Amino acid sequence: MSDRLTIAVPRGALFGGTLDLLDGLGIDTAEVRSNDRKLLFADIGVVTMRPSDVPTYVEHGSADIGITGKDVLLEQSERKVYELLDLGFGECEMVVAAPDTGDPIGDALRRLGRVRIATKYPRVAAAHFAESGRQAEIVEVKGSVELAPLTGLVDGIVDLTATGKTLAENNLKVFERITTSTARLIANPVAHKLKATEIDAVVERVRG
Amino acid sequence: MTHPIPPGTRDVLPEEMRELRAIGDRMRAAYEDAGYGEIHTPALEYEEVLLRGDERAAGARYRSFDDQGAVLALRSDMTIPIARVVATRYAEAEPPLRFSYVARAWRATDRGVGEPREFLQAGMELIGVPGAEGEAEVIALTIEALTAAGLRRHRVGVGDGALYRGLLSSFGVPGEAHLPMLEALSRRDLVGLEHQVDALGVSSSDRDLLVRLPGLRGGPEVLDEAPGVGGLRSLYEQLEARGVADRVIFDLGLVRELGYYTGAVFEVYDPAVGFTLGGGGRYDNLIGKFGRDLPACGLAVDVARVHLAQAAEEALS
Repeated sequence: MSDRLTIAVPRGALFGGTLDLLDGLGIDTAEVRSNDRKLLFADIGVVTMRPSDVPTYVEHGSADIGITGKDVLLEQSERKVYELLDLGFGECEMVVAAPDTGDPIGDALRRLGRVRIATKYPRVAAAHFAESGRQAEIVEVKGSVELAPLTGLVDGIVDLTATGKTLAENNLKVFERITTSTARLIANPVAHKLKATEIDAVVERVRG
Repeated sequence: MTHPIPPGTRDVLPEEMRELRAIGDRMRAAYEDAGYGEIHTPALEYEEVLLRGDERAAGARYRSFDDQGAVLALRSDMTIPIARVVATRYAEAEPPLRFSYVARAWRATDRGVGEPREFLQAGMELIGVPGAEGEAEVIALTIEALTAAGLRRHRVGVGDGALYRGLLSSFGVPGEAHLPMLEALSRRDLVGLEHQVDALGVSSSDRDLLVRLPGLRGGPEVLDEAPGVGGLRSLYEQLEARGVADRVIFDLGLVRELGYYTGAVFEVYDPAVGFTLGGGGRYDNLIGKFGRDLPACGLAVDVARVHLAQAAEEALS
């Protein structure tokens, strides 16, 4: 590890907000903005990746700090990373949604004793139903979760929604809100000690 | 044909084995030279004996039955077996007692594939030397043993596992609110911790200290920022006298997961690897649970992780 920080930056919904944040730290992100195929920007210490990979790189110390969503951290709660700051942007909600036809989740629970739920967040979903004393079969899908209840694969879904637009377009209705998620600044535990000055400088500037 | 081995275990072939052996031998020699005789204890112990040391038996998860129906467990560290040995085999011996080990331990993790569950640990226990004097000896010897193993830039993080709990009590925070806060601190979920602190309704200066404490780390100057750090301050003086104070990072938010620590806690870092090489701390009540009341502290590192750091160090030079 050199003394300059390596920062794991999530591509996707948090990308723009993260780059604005880096601009505020005095990092020139022009090249990152203009080149969406390149992954490693060594001269500014930035590596870009899927948001769900950010905790992996930070846990192993391949990046000293990173930005990712609270949803990712909840799903990967076993990762040994420090959560330093709530960055406030990228706000969205983790919800239980189902077809807007009566009460498909309640019906399944009453008549079949369990509900089938499709999600990209199997651990968050399982924990939510377990905590509310309901039996759920969790079906993990990788792509568009909204499709699953429309084809009869499941009764409902657990997913992240920012505006509710995609849900509405697929005739899905929010039945329960699990939690709110925003972007978080995370740090590698060893870097947090050995590069304390550099990391504290970032935290101070972001806190403002 | 390929045949599986249990998750978290692996075979070590001669080339790697030679290197691991060399690291273990150098650390073992450093411990022996400092008067820490090597000790061997059985890999399998009676589970009830391990549980006497720690309710969660420090994570022991591999269990089986013997022909009498007794529950046997693979040890999850060497500290509890050594506490047992001290109380049974050294019941009358004059302290201090010094022991070292290069030995395997087993811990089942919640993690999926790939996370090791069988570890080769190198470490030592110092029994009968209380307070900063004992802690400084253990820290200095660990630094020396790792230097002997080929590391150059390793550091030891030092905190007080009882500090945050003590602050909460002194601010009048009821006991039942402690656990979730200590858990957030242990994970360093500083966002969650701050929310919990805000909900306490303590004075604004108390609130600020509770929020700021987990970020206080560095040289001895951080000891000026918090109350209740007299023990760490005397530890700093002892480390200075031993000439290793510059290798130590005070970290006031440091807590270790194991239940038996009573005060100072340690972690070992090397800039070449992103995870801790090992850890330890003071456990003044543990040996008493086996029937001989003696203060003690110890520190162990994971030899495979030391090997990673040593290989990175070699690549640099």
